[in-house]
Amino acid sequence: MADKVLVKGNEALGEAAIKAGCRFFFGYPITPQTELSEYLAKRFPKVGGTFLQAESEVAAINMVLGAASAGARVMTSSSSPGISLKSEGISYIAGSDLPAVIVNIQRGGPGLGGIQPSQADYFQATKGGGHGDYRLIVLAPNSVQEIVSLTFDAFDLADLYRMPVMILGDGMLGQMMEPVEFPEHSDRVLPEKTWATDTTQGKRKKNIVNSLYIKPDVLEKIVLDRYARYAEVEAKEARAETYLTDDADIIITAYGATSRISRNAVDALRASGIKAGLLRPITLWPFPKAEYQRLAKTAKAFLTVEMSMGQMIEDVKLSIDCSRPVHFCGRTGGMIPTPGEIEAKAREIAASL
Amino acid sequence: MAGKMLLAGFGGQGILFAGKMFTYAGMLEGKNVTNIPEYGPEMRGGTCNCSVIIDENPIGSPLVLEPDILIAMNLPSLARFENAVAPGGKIFIDNTLIDRETTREDVDAYYIPATRLAAEAGIPKLANVILVGKVIRESGICSMEIMDKVLEKVVPPSRQALIAPNKKALEIGYNFE
Amino acid sequence: MKTVFEHPKALSDVLMHYCPGCTHGIAHRLVAEVLDELGVCGNTVGVAPVGCAVFAYNYFECDMIEAAHGRAPAVATGVKRVLPNSVVFTYQGDGDLAAIGTAETVHAATRGENITVIFINNTNYGMTGGQMAPTTLPGQVTTTTPYGRDVKANGHPIRVCEMLATLSGTAYAERVALNNVKNVMAAKRAIKKAFEYQIAGKGFSIVELLSTCPTNWGLAPTDAMKWLEENMLPYYPLGVYKDIGGDK
Repeated sequence: MADKVLVKGNEALGEAAIKAGCRFFFGYPITPQTELSEYLAKRFPKVGGTFLQAESEVAAINMVLGAASAGARVMTSSSSPGISLKSEGISYIAGSDLPAVIVNIQRGGPGLGGIQPSQADYFQATKGGGHGDYRLIVLAPNSVQEIVSLTFDAFDLADLYRMPVMILGDGMLGQMMEPVEFPEHSDRVLPEKTWATDTTQGKRKKNIVNSLYIKPDVLEKIVLDRYARYAEVEAKEARAETYLTDDADIIITAYGATSRISRNAVDALRASGIKAGLLRPITLWPFPKAEYQRLAKTAKAFLTVEMSMGQMIEDVKLSIDCSRPVHFCGRTGGMIPTPGEIEAKAREIAASL
Repeated sequence: MAGKMLLAGFGGQGILFAGKMFTYAGMLEGKNVTNIPEYGPEMRGGTCNCSVIIDENPIGSPLVLEPDILIAMNLPSLARFENAVAPGGKIFIDNTLIDRETTREDVDAYYIPATRLAAEAGIPKLANVILVGKVIRESGICSMEIMDKVLEKVVPPSRQALIAPNKKALEIGYNFE
Repeated sequence: MKTVFEHPKALSDVLMHYCPGCTHGIAHRLVAEVLDELGVCGNTVGVAPVGCAVFAYNYFECDMIEAAHGRAPAVATGVKRVLPNSVVFTYQGDGDLAAIGTAETVHAATRGENITVIFINNTNYGMTGGQMAPTTLPGQVTTTTPYGRDVKANGHPIRVCEMLATLSGTAYAERVALNNVKNVMAAKRAIKKAFEYQIAGKGFSIVELLSTCPTNWGLAPTDAMKWLEENMLPYYPLGVYKDIGGDK
């Protein structure tokens, strides 16, 4: 294992992308993800990579589409308002069956919103954002070390399933420093990119990267084939982590930054005799439904904690078919919930059980 | 020794650098550590603060809402955070720049004229490190011995000449009575 | 027996969807002939637009990418950065290039992105049925300027070559027309030069082809050629607007 180094989440993500073999980055400045762009601007020239600051988020995501078409491992990053602009391109990337990694270091919204950490882009990330029937694999790290491992996974999953993958972070994770190790990245066995438009060299028939199918029956078949792939992703790639859930009456559930705060609340509740546990989805799509269903058999209630007005809570309810009450504790606009607020809400729930 | 620390002052006083020193010290002593700055427009010349947690156990939230240790390098920072300090906690105040005492009676307060001491020692930019030395002495949050290794990490290789003055600052702070 | 005319190898042997009398077919053929003559089809990636030429990906034998509306220069940038030794071109109409894609076009040019842009200017949005384009002439009737383009309300047409010629990254910008044999031959020379500049690594090259749209103009093909001469040539003078020259 390599030595531990102390780095910011944003920078860890950049270094992990390099280790994962990414050599192309197209971006546009926006707080609070700028350190990632700046890190790559500095590092890429030293590893033979190409960093290009585009004229807009719209251009950046389409440069990603071009680089992915040519067969490269490619990444872009932004924060909430910028992801809205990239959403058109993300839909085209999904519709063209291209692998790419998109990072969203979320900030408060809507509109310009604010620049403090938020989780209000859950719907945008997991339910669409762009137009049409498509999915993104959405990975939600909650530590700087996990940013590294999930960045590796993001590139591999994108190549394996030929689809865009989003790393959904927030300003807190991006700005936070923690010690990390950078292990060497070893690829899964990945399919060859025989579909890439990397020039025929006169040796094969031409390839076309395209999302247009003017005949509706052809388009439907393409979409159905894509959804068969999505079903495979759902069956194989859903991931979650649990903490003290085996005997828990109350399952607190949160992802990313709020899962860390919730963990403090779980410890405090346990110390006062309340059986609380934490269920943390690591993949937001596919959503780890099975884990929720399993815990719904033993737990009495769920408490969803988000930095939003309540978005993931809908997936929690759907996953357990509303078989247990699902409560909500959230802050919005860049306000970060405190362990005390979560604890108080959980005590309220405990008293009503 | 575990602790939750909040460091606050003006941008340019080396708050983030001091925070990094403690974070590395914790890491090099085998603890779990987190460090998170407050970011935003206030980074540009205004007030600046950062949260550092050192713990034997895995760390949940990296935000320090109730610090065991507060380092205040200007009056707005003291005013903003002194009431958040945990009862029995410690407040370190640079009294060259802060002309009042803390209003808290349930904490240990330490007054160090760090800015003046730094100027007198010919290291005017290292008031922050003088405070670090004092914090180590009074809190035991990390050992003085580890600071040699910490300085290797936080001082860039191109600026090795800065290691000696930093050591001097640490000692001035550590030995200040 | 000597072959005097044949189907370009770089042009796919399929039926095109363009309207009768439309000059897109000529433009496609010229690009394909140039790819053949330079022997680069196997090393080329083309990027198709949204507009009448949306199906261009079916008509060239090189690898092709279909871009979102206006984004072809950004897509081409991504490809070129990954494959710097390949030949990359975009094929775009006036709405795609000079309205929704203005930023992508201008910035690809100012970066000196080493790509070639084939720009079809036919003064309207053809695919959607003849709406006003950024190149629609003052007074010209379209479905969205039913009383003629009023420059006070709708602004002035953009002269793309003149605009891009001001940018340091542009190596070559020429406007040609597809209205008669002489001009078609000149157009081919311009397209070839643009690709040659790219192959020599000189930077951004663009050829603007003044084209006809008989269907949406409501004119017979021969009358459309005449309309181009009488109305477009005075506003969009032919010529070389930027040429950084042979050895740079």
